[in-house]
Amino acid sequence: MNPSELRQRVITTLQGIAPEVDAARLRDDLPLRRQVDLDSMDWLNFLLGLNKALGIEIPEKDYARLTTLSALLDYLQHKLTERSAS
Amino acid sequence: MIEFRLPSLGADMDEGTLLEWKVKPGDRVEKGQVIAIVDTAKAAIDVECWQEGTVHRLIAEPGQKMPVGTVMALLLEPGETVPAEAATATPHTGSNESREVSSGSGALREVGAGGTAPPPAPEAGERRRISPAARKRAAELGVAVEKLIGSGPQGAVTLEDVEKAAARPAPAAPPGDRFLAMRQTIAAAMSRSKREIPHYYVSEDIPLARMLAWLQETNAQRPMTERLLPAAVLLKAVARALANYPELNGHYRDGAFQPAQAVHLGVAISLRAGGLIAPAILDAGAKPLTKLMQELADLVRRTRAGSLKSAELSAATITVTNLGDQGSHGVFGVITPPQVALVGFGRIAERPWAENGGLKALPVVTASLSADHRVSDGHRGALFLRELSDLLQQPEELAR
Repeated sequence: MNPSELRQRVITTLQGIAPEVDAARLRDDLPLRRQVDLDSMDWLNFLLGLNKALGIEIPEKDYARLTTLSALLDYLQHKLTERSAS
Repeated sequence: MIEFRLPSLGADMDEGTLLEWKVKPGDRVEKGQVIAIVDTAKAAIDVECWQEGTVHRLIAEPGQKMPVGTVMALLLEPGETVPAEAATATPHTGSNESREVSSGSGALREVGAGGTAPPPAPEAGERRRISPAARKRAAELGVAVEKLIGSGPQGAVTLEDVEKAAARPAPAAPPGDRFLAMRQTIAAAMSRSKREIPHYYVSEDIPLARMLAWLQETNAQRPMTERLLPAAVLLKAVARALANYPELNGHYRDGAFQPAQAVHLGVAISLRAGGLIAPAILDAGAKPLTKLMQELADLVRRTRAGSLKSAELSAATITVTNLGDQGSHGVFGVITPPQVALVGFGRIAERPWAENGGLKALPVVTASLSADHRVSDGHRGALFLRELSDLLQQPEELAR
């Protein structure tokens, strides 16, 4: 999956939780949860959505580094590459 | 013949608009079956019927706006046949033997009414059932009692009905302006709370290192779909702690406290567009943690998708407001009448913690209790928070 496809998937999943999100106004470098006002339940549902869409398991210990959209995209891209290599 | 009336779905509901019938004449209905969808200022609600029977006639029409208590449909009781006159009788003057069907548990009778519609209008010459206090207050406030629907025994008008009718904002919100309508309903309920309930507040900082370590360990062994959130553990601890503090769990009605038998935990859930709704997790103390978490997730999802059931909206015996990890340090909430207590949790965050003459950094949550001074006092409230803190130090126990 190329980066722009991945980005699209992630944003579509996010909009499933927060329909008001305007993809054009989302900043990649700011804390995502504060920008979109995701509470812990929204966050869990978002990650579950990504798990369903991409088949990637995201351990809780990795949450801490998934602060911004760009960090999340890097993380997911890395996981996808890892999987296709194995 | 059973009269199915528009139930009150909480202290802040006065009227509703029928969106859709889920049944038609001739259909058999079971207890707990959703038979209509009703729009309130806050959300569209699946309204359940609490008696079994057969739909005889649908009176309310989709799109019709009506006050709480309005007869929406007539149902035949099991075994009852269609009475000849029933087909032509005016729905609003159903026989005196008609049983009133309030949707939801019997517990919601009190929250109710105060509408201005015809429904149980007294027979000509019959004296309106009204408590002396309510009559006096009605005179003071200039409320026309003959137009009120009583929520008390046998349709008696209570003090609450009168005050609610007086507090109702006169002009309805402009159609489509849901945000404004929701702010008005919240304002009406909270104004009533602040006016009627002598609140007291206590708070306690609770160390959560043990609980979070346990949660982390538990979640690491679970698939993503079964992961637990700290919020579920906090809710479970509240439900458990209430077992020893019945004076915080129940309703204050008609001048007296009525403790509840089970803990139906109202959970304040914010809506993404603004505003909040507090549906209940029924019998939260008796549910294992995993089940509680599933129900919490389901409740949040359905609250935001607008598919709550009437029982969930009317059953709460106490409310918890949890600001979550994006929130502030602590919160001191306003009690939802006729409940008598509200527990608040701020953000779980690392803070300096002094113990045995030493200082360390620990994850801590500030728990607060807002409670009704007519029923309990700060001493008991403080003991409750201490028990809550103790329970949270034994998370394994809470899992059961």
